[in-house]
Amino acid sequence: MSDITIPTSEHADDHSHDHPAWLAHHFDDAEQQFDSGKLGMWLFLVTEVLFFSGMFVAYALFRSLHPEVFVYASQFLNAKLGAINTGVLLFSSLTMAWAVRAAQLSQQKILVSMLAMTLSCAAMFLGVKAVEYTHKWDLGLLPAGMYITQGVAEPNHGNWLQILCIPAAVFAVIFAGWYLFALVGRNRFQLQIAGPLLVASLCFFAGVQLGVFLESGESHGDAHGSGHGATHGDHHEGAGDHAAHAIIVDHMVATSIPGQAFPSEVFVDPKRVGIDEPEINQRGRAGIFFGIYYMMTGIHAVHILGGMGVITWLIVKAARHEFHSKYFGPVDNVGLYWHLVDFIWIFLFPLLYLIR
Amino acid sequence: MSAVISKPLVAPVESAKEPGNFLTHTSGFLSWALTLDHKRIGLMYLVGVMSSFLLGGVLALVVRAHLFYADGAFLTLKQYNQIFTLHGAVMVFLFIIPSVPAALGNFLLPIMLGAKDVAFPRLNLSSFYLWVGGAIFFLVAMLTTGLDTGWTFYTPYSLETTGPVVLATMGVFILGFSSIFTGLNFIVTINTMRPPGMTWFRMPLLLWAIYSTSIIQVLATPVLGITMLLLMAERFLGIGIFDPKLNGDPVTYQHFFWFYSHPAVYIMILPAMGIISELMSVHSHKGIFGYRMIAYSSVAIALFGFLVWGHHMFTSGMANVTTIVFSALTFTVSIPSAIKVFNWLFTMYKGTVSLTTPMLYALSFMFLFTIGGLTGLPLGALSIDRHFHDTYFVVAHFHYVMMGGTLVAFLGGIFHWWPKMVGKMYNELGGQISAGIVFVGFNLTFLPQFVLGTRGMPRRYATYVPEFEFLHQLSTYGAFLLGIGLFVALGVLINSLFRGKKAPTNPWGGATLEWVCSSPPPHDNFSKPPVVGDPYDFRGLEYDAREGGYVRRK
Ligand code: HEM
Ligand SMILES: [Cu+2]
Repeated sequence: MSDITIPTSEHADDHSHDHPAWLAHHFDDAEQQFDSGKLGMWLFLVTEVLFFSGMFVAYALFRSLHPEVFVYASQFLNAKLGAINTGVLLFSSLTMAWAVRAAQLSQQKILVSMLAMTLSCAAMFLGVKAVEYTHKWDLGLLPAGMYITQGVAEPNHGNWLQILCIPAAVFAVIFAGWYLFALVGRNRFQLQIAGPLLVASLCFFAGVQLGVFLESGESHGDAHGSGHGATHGDHHEGAGDHAAHAIIVDHMVATSIPGQAFPSEVFVDPKRVGIDEPEINQRGRAGIFFGIYYMMTGIHAVHILGGMGVITWLIVKAARHEFHSKYFGPVDNVGLYWHLVDFIWIFLFPLLYLIR
Repeated sequence: MSAVISKPLVAPVESAKEPGNFLTHTSGFLSWALTLDHKRIGLMYLVGVMSSFLLGGVLALVVRAHLFYADGAFLTLKQYNQIFTLHGAVMVFLFIIPSVPAALGNFLLPIMLGAKDVAFPRLNLSSFYLWVGGAIFFLVAMLTTGLDTGWTFYTPYSLETTGPVVLATMGVFILGFSSIFTGLNFIVTINTMRPPGMTWFRMPLLLWAIYSTSIIQVLATPVLGITMLLLMAERFLGIGIFDPKLNGDPVTYQHFFWFYSHPAVYIMILPAMGIISELMSVHSHKGIFGYRMIAYSSVAIALFGFLVWGHHMFTSGMANVTTIVFSALTFTVSIPSAIKVFNWLFTMYKGTVSLTTPMLYALSFMFLFTIGGLTGLPLGALSIDRHFHDTYFVVAHFHYVMMGGTLVAFLGGIFHWWPKMVGKMYNELGGQISAGIVFVGFNLTFLPQFVLGTRGMPRRYATYVPEFEFLHQLSTYGAFLLGIGLFVALGVLINSLFRGKKAPTNPWGGATLEWVCSSPPPHDNFSKPPVVGDPYDFRGLEYDAREGGYVRRK
């Protein structure tokens, strides 16, 4: 094991100069270590961009091949949820940048709290995303292989949202317990870690609440015929068509599930304006959009999760006061990564939600 | 078998007396399994890739044996598909891509640069374990139902077959990360870890080659990663991108795949070219001809290599204009390769060529790579490729470049640096014999395949018309001869571990920094920062009979 040469001053005697604990043995000086880390991170970001580029190419290709599919299917995405999430991520970029600044200035308290806020924003983002996803799963808005033609078959309702909440709840309980434990034991170090983790897991639920509110608020309005302006305002069709849609929707509800009362917010979905386009409203057509949608946003969400992992690692190190004005490379590099993840979302949002 | 992380075959028995070489620095299984020393990681990779090569090679011999008779000797059609698929996938993903960069590169790069280690030693170890993880996925795929898609996983077949496509693509995905991290590590190391005096143009050409390779690894491999992920998603969820049943487009898959896999062929050949630059110069005892041209051409190949992927798809359905553009670009990439070949020739010209084992391998490389490269040109010509596509001509082409090129250079490199890596000299005559058998066996195997291809023998077929039997039999004989040659090489190397003389510091008279370190190098590579000079300045290097190697006289 003695050839594990990470921050240890054990080898310092091999050198003419001193190696502080945070300077790895094989580097000559702090600058070399910082430059290496930074270049490494930039290269990693390049690979990330290329990784996503495959999906952007797929998007561009299929959009240009089947523009009508994208116009049709993107109506099912709730731009409000996307916009909220964009705001949350932008804000988290701010807190992350602030965290980097705090590390550079050796401001330990601000560093931990800024990292905690970034982590919480990430959790909130995922909470909103969970509502968005599960709502679509309920409606059968799925990738091509599983897409359920809208307005014809009975969609498959599951308790997906509850299921997705379980892990977050488990985390929240664990972190709450840990927090109390640390509180009783007056362990300031553990409090500094358990606190942010607890807040972040609660923020997931705040995100879920927000998402449910926005999603159902819209449905509610629509079911009563008052939300048409908002939802269809940018729709290119004329008012006459709207009436036709409404009739078709009602007709579908009446015929496809006779005798069954569904909660209207869920079943008469305002977004299902296009069910009368049988050409597009089918697996091999609209499903392609959702395939791309789930891949892009799903892999983005995986990156958010990864970011949450490394931010947690930073919080632990920051609670140990490991970062200071001479050594803040990891905070800086995670910051870069986090900005990239936000940056990708900034492209996903208009491409998937806004362009009609 | 390749997945076993065993202590490499190195027996540090005698050298144990001397303090401080990296093999004896610490001992025990964990001191290897958790090592952060780039030299030990390099040796572990060497054992790993060589085990994969053995596996892939045995599979190849099974394929060749089956093709001895026109109706096929002993495999069912399905088995045949599975075996050639695994042969290709193991050779490409487990052996040839990590071979030179991860095994030799890891060992040599920091030493040649004059650094203590790579920039991120822990990342380096993780790359190794990712490689092991990917290898395990492949082995599981093989031991379960058997993959039968070919190494290219073309859709739609890869979506329909019952073979373990998801397992195998998962393996490729993981191996991709291993490759990306190695490349990233090397780029950062070369950029930031050069000691004072080591300017870009004092770097040995092997490092230029590895640098260019790393650029490709970093830029191309992520695209393979997402392609594999999309393929998995297509199988699991049906995302409708590649599956024609869901309105997807299989040709899109091919574009994605070759966008990585053509640059990947340069991941395979560039480091091999770097090795040849070193061997040619050292064993001709003469400075390299056209250093800068070789350095620049490596980078040029790396960049141009991104623009030609379409030449694998001339018959798949592309716009005519597109095919013409791809064809024209394909011709341009061959120019930097040709520049290198000329430079190597002129390096030998008026040099004092010693026909040592490494040099014999380097000379074989010159012949075989040139044939391989030149046969790429007809394939890049549209009218000809229409006939040659998916025939044995393509099979022969890429074996000439991948096996005749990369593998032969890799073997030459192993023989060249073996004394440095393990501190033992091997039996020179044995090595020379192995080089001879490999050369003859190789040509006997693959020259007939060019002829078969021009006559219309399609690739990946388990049976063929009786007219082709003679050529196929020649090829099979050649394959077994080649196998014998490789075993001779292995025997020579293993024998040296037990019987070899102690290696001098500089057995060949090289001028790069690794020949300044003792053989094997100490744990820290250099106790004090090395003096960096021209890597190809051989003046003052003289053979000293007492040392058994070269020493520098001022
Ligand atoms: C001198 C430059 C080269 C040219 C112009 C060239 C051209 C080509 C072309 C046009 C094909 C496609 C043939 C077909 O499928 O119809 C091809 C296939 C191939 N080449 Fe090359 N090549 C060159 C160098 C290399 C090198 C250096 C390597 C690897 C080390 C390589 C590996 C391959 C492989 C593996 C295939 C077949 C892939 C498959 O279908 O499974 N080539 N080459
Ligand atoms: Cu190619």
